[in-house]
Amino acid sequence: MINIATLSESSPVSVDDLTPVIHVKELDFFYGSFQGLKQINLDIYERKVTAFIGPSGCGKSTLLRTFNRMYDLYPGQRAKGEIVFNGRNILDKDVDVNVLRAKVGMVFQKPTPFPMSIYENIAFGVRLYENLSKGEMDERVEWALNKAALWGEVKDKLGKSGLSLSGGQQQRLCIARAVAVKPDVVLLDEPTSALDPISTVKIEELISELKEDYTIAIVTHNMQQAARCSDFTAYMYLGELVEFGETDKIFLNPTKKETQDYITGRFG
Amino acid sequence: MPNEHSSRQYEQDLEAIRSRVLQMGGLVEKQFFDALACFRLLDAREAERIIAADLEVNQMEVALDDACSHLIVKRQPAANDLRTVMATIKVITDLERVGDEATKIARAAAQLQHRGLVPIAHEETIRVMAEHAGKLLHESLDAFARLDHKLATKLIIADEKVDSEFRLVMRNVITFMMEDPRTISAALDTLWVAKAIERIGDHAKNIAEYVVYIVEGKDIRHTDYAVQQGAG
Repeated sequence: MINIATLSESSPVSVDDLTPVIHVKELDFFYGSFQGLKQINLDIYERKVTAFIGPSGCGKSTLLRTFNRMYDLYPGQRAKGEIVFNGRNILDKDVDVNVLRAKVGMVFQKPTPFPMSIYENIAFGVRLYENLSKGEMDERVEWALNKAALWGEVKDKLGKSGLSLSGGQQQRLCIARAVAVKPDVVLLDEPTSALDPISTVKIEELISELKEDYTIAIVTHNMQQAARCSDFTAYMYLGELVEFGETDKIFLNPTKKETQDYITGRFG
Repeated sequence: MPNEHSSRQYEQDLEAIRSRVLQMGGLVEKQFFDALACFRLLDAREAERIIAADLEVNQMEVALDDACSHLIVKRQPAANDLRTVMATIKVITDLERVGDEATKIARAAAQLQHRGLVPIAHEETIRVMAEHAGKLLHESLDAFARLDHKLATKLIIADEKVDSEFRLVMRNVITFMMEDPRTISAALDTLWVAKAIERIGDHAKNIAEYVVYIVEGKDIRHTDYAVQQGAG
């Protein structure tokens, strides 16, 4: 007979052994007078996939967009609190957002390749931050396309337009573009919601490969996707973080009833 | 009680599975009691009827497993729903086995009758443990119906009593056999019946363990959970 006490304490991932890359503390976010996020406290761990789930309008994309200050592009949106990344609060006025966005890359719901060649789609971003020779740039493009599991499919047509690729390939091109500048964190905002099942599987496989080198945060409406590819899951509702924990725990036995109701489809 | 699903069909599918499991439980319980009565009265015709009725239990097992597979593929249940479906699949297996044990008892009754005069107090020997196992089975189904994990925890401990009663029966039966070798056939049939009853107690205990899994999310099989809870 097994002692129940020893059994319940054994856990596959111990949070104590992990390093937080992004540390969110008492974060509030406002769209004008509307408060989109309320007192969020959360750690995003290094080389782990953190998934954000919750009904539309719960603030999960909003939270993701604070991690690289994407909201700066829109007037009237502001954040209050702390998001500590690389030892400093990225919400501070004097943070260089271009450097930040190179370190915290982002991929959106709809594939957004630039209207230029596949090669240039990757090289364009790299040139903004680094001065590489032609040979080095070729290597970097190949490396990034390999990382995004796209190299085999496009290596013979690097000069063709990025827009000529299929939706799934375009999305992987966008991931390659984000990875090419060697970020620490990759943010994925519903990366597969516009893709067919096969392309979705490819992106999900890619996510599990990318986490060897990168920290990943993903927003998804697909609950099974969160269960499949993430290590940690955060459930959000009405701008609040309801529950955060190991994905297995959240999907098998969540602590909060609200979380359980949402993931089992009892959300009214 | 949890809230209702946004999908009414999902709610109905889950509810239909639950009520069919309880229906199967009721049938299996009846099979067990009928088999015991048949063993008491040594009624070979009734034994045949019970053995034939096990077919219905088997069909329910297959149909319910199929319903669970369909629910999984259509709904991809999570959290408490997933635990309910997983546990239900196991409960079905245990119930089907209880049905099998009931047919074993009926078969032993038929054999005893064929041999004619029974030289031992066959029914008296197993009566107490049969009562306890029957109560255990009934209450475990009750705990499953009401998702009562406190009752379930008590039942897990209570199964020990049936197990120790089995050991008593065995000693008792061995005494008969040593005193008079002519009792050996009847004593062995009685012992098979006692073993079947002891197994039914185990299946009831398994069902109780699944109830704890559904409610608390803890897999307590092969652990000292119930003892800890009882002590605490």
